Amino acid sequence: MTKYIIKRIALGLLTVFIVATLTFFLMRLVPGGPFLSEKTPSAATLKALEEKYHFNEPLSVQYRIYMENLVKGDFGVSMKRKGTTVNDIIAKGFPVSARIGGLSILISFCIGVPIGTYAAYKRGKFIDKIIMFFATCGIAVPSFVVSTILLIVFSGWLGWFPSFGLTTPLHYVMPVTALCVYPTAYISRLMRSSMLDVLGQDYMRTAKAKGVGQFSSLFKHALRNSILPVVTYLGPLLAYTVVGSFVIEKIFNIPGLGRDFISSITSRDYPVIMGTTVFLALLLVAINVVVDIVYKIIDPRIKLK
Amino acid sequence: MSENKNLLSFQLKTEDFEKASENEKQDLVVMRESVSFWKDGMRRLLRNKIAMVSLAVLVIIMLFAFVVPYFYPYTYKDQIRGSENLDPFEYSQEEMTRIENGESVFPHVLGTDNLGRDLAIRLMMGARVSLLVGIVASIIVLIIGSVYGAVSAYFGGFVDIIMMRIVDIIYTVPDILIIILLSVVLKHPLQSIADNVPGFDWINTIGVGLISIFIVFGLLYWVGMARMVRSQILTLKEQEYVTAARALGAGHGRIIRKHLLTNCIGTLIVITTLQIPSSIFTESFLSFLGLGVAAPMTSLGSMASDALEGITSYPHRLLAPAILISVIILTFNLFGDGLRDAFDPKLKD
Repeated sequence: MTKYIIKRIALGLLTVFIVATLTFFLMRLVPGGPFLSEKTPSAATLKALEEKYHFNEPLSVQYRIYMENLVKGDFGVSMKRKGTTVNDIIAKGFPVSARIGGLSILISFCIGVPIGTYAAYKRGKFIDKIIMFFATCGIAVPSFVVSTILLIVFSGWLGWFPSFGLTTPLHYVMPVTALCVYPTAYISRLMRSSMLDVLGQDYMRTAKAKGVGQFSSLFKHALRNSILPVVTYLGPLLAYTVVGSFVIEKIFNIPGLGRDFISSITSRDYPVIMGTTVFLALLLVAINVVVDIVYKIIDPRIKLK
Repeated sequence: MSENKNLLSFQLKTEDFEKASENEKQDLVVMRESVSFWKDGMRRLLRNKIAMVSLAVLVIIMLFAFVVPYFYPYTYKDQIRGSENLDPFEYSQEEMTRIENGESVFPHVLGTDNLGRDLAIRLMMGARVSLLVGIVASIIVLIIGSVYGAVSAYFGGFVDIIMMRIVDIIYTVPDILIIILLSVVLKHPLQSIADNVPGFDWINTIGVGLISIFIVFGLLYWVGMARMVRSQILTLKEQEYVTAARALGAGHGRIIRKHLLTNCIGTLIVITTLQIPSSIFTESFLSFLGLGVAAPMTSLGSMASDALEGITSYPHRLLAPAILISVIILTFNLFGDGLRDAFDPKLKD
């Protein structure tokens, strides 16, 4: 077990290292360097800037400085927003994004799991078909479509919810809904197929034969076994939520990390792009490692390789 | 025939010893016409109503995307003066006078945008771009993934371990982040290649964003395919016909091409089809963020993004591409599911 955990963490660190290196060299590929912008700075300013960001040093030295800073947890300084470090941007934006993302992950689990279980329990019946129809549609609709339609209907026509910002609880309703349509649909499909698998197992028949009630057999015996694939989905789900937050925060104008990332792309603020990418990669890889380890712990049947 | 009452008799019937008639001979033949893999799969596919309806919808969408634009009186980049911001089926002042003079003017079925471009034709071109991206990206994934997976599984041992470690690492790299990064970074180099190197003008028509999407699909997205193909070939390569082929002197390349990959063709088709909607998904997402195709070319994602500004006054501009992209992804998903049920039911989890 310990060997597996160490191996998994090492692989994760290697991935983050690769992403960080890739990011560094990709950013250096940009011709004219990161200072290239609409108005060309004077030679003196350019020189000062180069000195400040170590661009006059050879590439290997720059790379070493960058890596050392990363290990220390310093993601760099924004070039377009004077005096703001990337750490500031992350510290300000990430909690907002995490609230919305975490809420939507929680909601999609709370809705997806029971719905999928119910559909499996009523398999082949009308209600199962209805649920699966909506789940299939939910998977096909991109989050920007959901959020814009929500905007048109609930903010434009009905005027129930505010369309931008994030100040009152009401502001959360539309972004969170838009963000959790796809995961809810996906989880309910996953839950249904895994539940169907478990319901056909011998121990379910045994439980029925020894007189375990329907409710208790469904929730005690079946759910515990069938929820495992859903747990492994947590990793991809998190990646989806992070990426989805870029779109959602742009549409609803939410001051989160996703919006900052997108605006740093349009303004070509390279240190912010680099810092945010590495930070998000670190986050995703870390969660994936944790999920993998937890998965092995809660399901002892899985052989440790 | 009357019963033989004699208890000591063997109770045999004389009919049983007669020569069999032609009909009786035919009944004994249990061999039916052999059903090939394709025939069997196609029969199952044709019986699947949902898959067939999805296919029909897809064919209609493809007709609109690839054929209709050649006959359409407007083009996606024509900016018609005086007919900016028209509602569906509305005519501009100028077009009204032309109609009064007896000319026939083709209606703007979906109206026009703020630059006077006909939205219906833009929607078709957007659908064309989205479909092309999905299909081309999936073919890239198919080629790289199947070859990589097959080579890894076929040679096994040390080669397999190294190749699968690489897959493990690529699998954990957050792909969308790398796509965004690449499309930011590649913009300048690709632009300068397109402008300065002769023969690379096509980069401008396709757009730098799209090319970076393809590059990233080529770099990252094939790992799922490679894993699937590997697990199939690990069992296939133990089959007798592979040993037979080797005994007959077939080379590695020939065995992989002719014997192994052809035998997991079902899996290849199914995964490639299911890859298409996810590529379209990614493309629309990137276009929506402004990292996709270059103007004046359009895609469904960038149309939706453009329409976001006038969302309250012109909701139809957003709804049209939004609905179309959802329908395309939905039908590809359903058709892919049908293909999987028909050709490779084992894949279903």
